[in-house]
Amino acid sequence: MSIAIRTAIAAVIALAVAPAAQAHRSWLAPSATVLSGSEPWVTVDGAVSNTLFYPDHVAMRLDGLTAIGPDGAPVQIQNGSTGKYRSTFDLQLKTPGTYKIANASGGMMASYKLGGETKRWRGAAADLAAAIPKDATEVQVSRNSRRVETFVTSGAPSTGALKITGKGLELEPITHPNDLVASEKARFKLLMDGKPAPDVEVEVVLGATRYRSKAPEFKVKTGADGVFEVQWPEPGLYWIEASVRGKDAAGVASNAGYAATFEVLPD
Amino acid sequence: MRAMKTPSLFAAVTGVAALPAAADAAELAVSVEIPRLSVAEYHRPYVALWIERPDETAVKTLAVWYDTKLAKGEGATWLKDMRQWWRKAGRSMTLPADGVSGPTKAPGKHQVVFTGAQLSGLAPGQYNLAVEAAREVGGREVVRVPFSWPPKAGARPASAKGASELGAISVSTKP
Repeated sequence: MSIAIRTAIAAVIALAVAPAAQAHRSWLAPSATVLSGSEPWVTVDGAVSNTLFYPDHVAMRLDGLTAIGPDGAPVQIQNGSTGKYRSTFDLQLKTPGTYKIANASGGMMASYKLGGETKRWRGAAADLAAAIPKDATEVQVSRNSRRVETFVTSGAPSTGALKITGKGLELEPITHPNDLVASEKARFKLLMDGKPAPDVEVEVVLGATRYRSKAPEFKVKTGADGVFEVQWPEPGLYWIEASVRGKDAAGVASNAGYAATFEVLPD
Repeated sequence: MRAMKTPSLFAAVTGVAALPAAADAAELAVSVEIPRLSVAEYHRPYVALWIERPDETAVKTLAVWYDTKLAKGEGATWLKDMRQWWRKAGRSMTLPADGVSGPTKAPGKHQVVFTGAQLSGLAPGQYNLAVEAAREVGGREVVRVPFSWPPKAGARPASAKGASELGAISVSTKP
C-alpha cells in the first residue's frame, strides 16, 4: 500500500469514525459563547487536529452539522465553507437563549477478506447485507457513532436546545454549558443510547497550548449514574472527549465517541 | 393610646412588620470615580452598579451605564463584557430599563442617590454595593463596598478603591 493511499485511508477513518485511541481531535470552536444585544452572530471553526484549537490537519466536514435553537427546532447555518485545514460557518442567534451546535455522524463499518485482500466498507445499516459479498471471509462489522458539540447563548441560558437524541454517546448538562466559570465545579451526565454511561473516562484538555510547554490536561470518570464533575484549573476554551466501546442490543460491536467544546470564563 | 396600639397589633399579626423598614426618604448614595487614563484609544467604560448579598448573589441592579444611543440598540452587544454583573443579573434583564440604564459617563466622580422608595423590596441586612467597569480596548474591574440596610442614623460611609478601571467608590446611607 502506498503512503498516499495509507494516508488517505487514515484521514477517512479519522473523519468518519475516529476511534477513541485516535490521537486526532475533532473540535468546534465558537468565536464567543456568551452574547448580549439583539440577534448577535457567532462564527464557528470546525477542524480535526492534535493541537487545540489550531487547525493544522484536516477540515471538519459539515455534512452532519446541525444547530438547534432555544425552542428545540433546527436553526439555519449560514456562510458555511470548507478550507484546507478548517471549515467555518456562521450562526445568528435570532431569539434569546441557548443554541446547541452539533456535528453527528454514524453508520456501519465492515471489513472483510476477499481473494486474500482486505476490504473495507462504510455505510448505512440498511445497506450492510447487500454490501458484503457472499464469499467474503473474516467479516467484522461495527456500528459507529460520533458527536462533536458546542454551545452558545444569547442573553439568559435556556435548556430547550439541550435535549438528547437518545442515539450514541451524548452529554446531558447538569451545570449549564454556557454558565461556566473557573471558580465553580461543573457537572455533566454522559449517556449511551439515552442511558447513563457509567465508569467512562472523560478527557479534559485546555486549548491555546501553543504558547506553553504543558497544557492542563486530565481525566475524570463518570459515576454509576453517568455523572462526571470537572474543576476547571483556569479560564479558557476547553475540549472534552469520551468514548464507549461495547456491543449494541443486537450483539454488534459498537464504538461511540463524544466531544464538546466549553468556554470557561474568569470571575 | 388607641393610636399606639394599632401598629403593635399589626406587627403581631404579620410578624414581618416588627423588622425595621427603611423609610421612603432613606438614601443610599454612591460615588463612582471613573479614572482618567492616558491611553492611545480611550472609550468611556460600561459600568454596572448592583446590590449583592455577602455570598455575592445579586439582589438588585441599580444602574447600567452603556452606549444607549447607538442605532438598533447595538450598544447592548458589549453588556456581557461586564461579566460578573452579566452572569449574576444582566442576562436575565430586559434593557434598556427605566431608571436603570443611562449613558456612559466621562472620567471624574459621579454621585448617584437611590431612595428608600426605590429599594423598597430590600430586606433588612448586610449587603455589598458592587460596581463593575468594562472598557472597550481596555480592561475590566469589580469593586465591592459593604453597607447595611435599612440605614442607621450616623452610619459612617464606606469606601474602596479600584486599581485600574475604577477609582474610589464610596457608599453612604442615611435613614
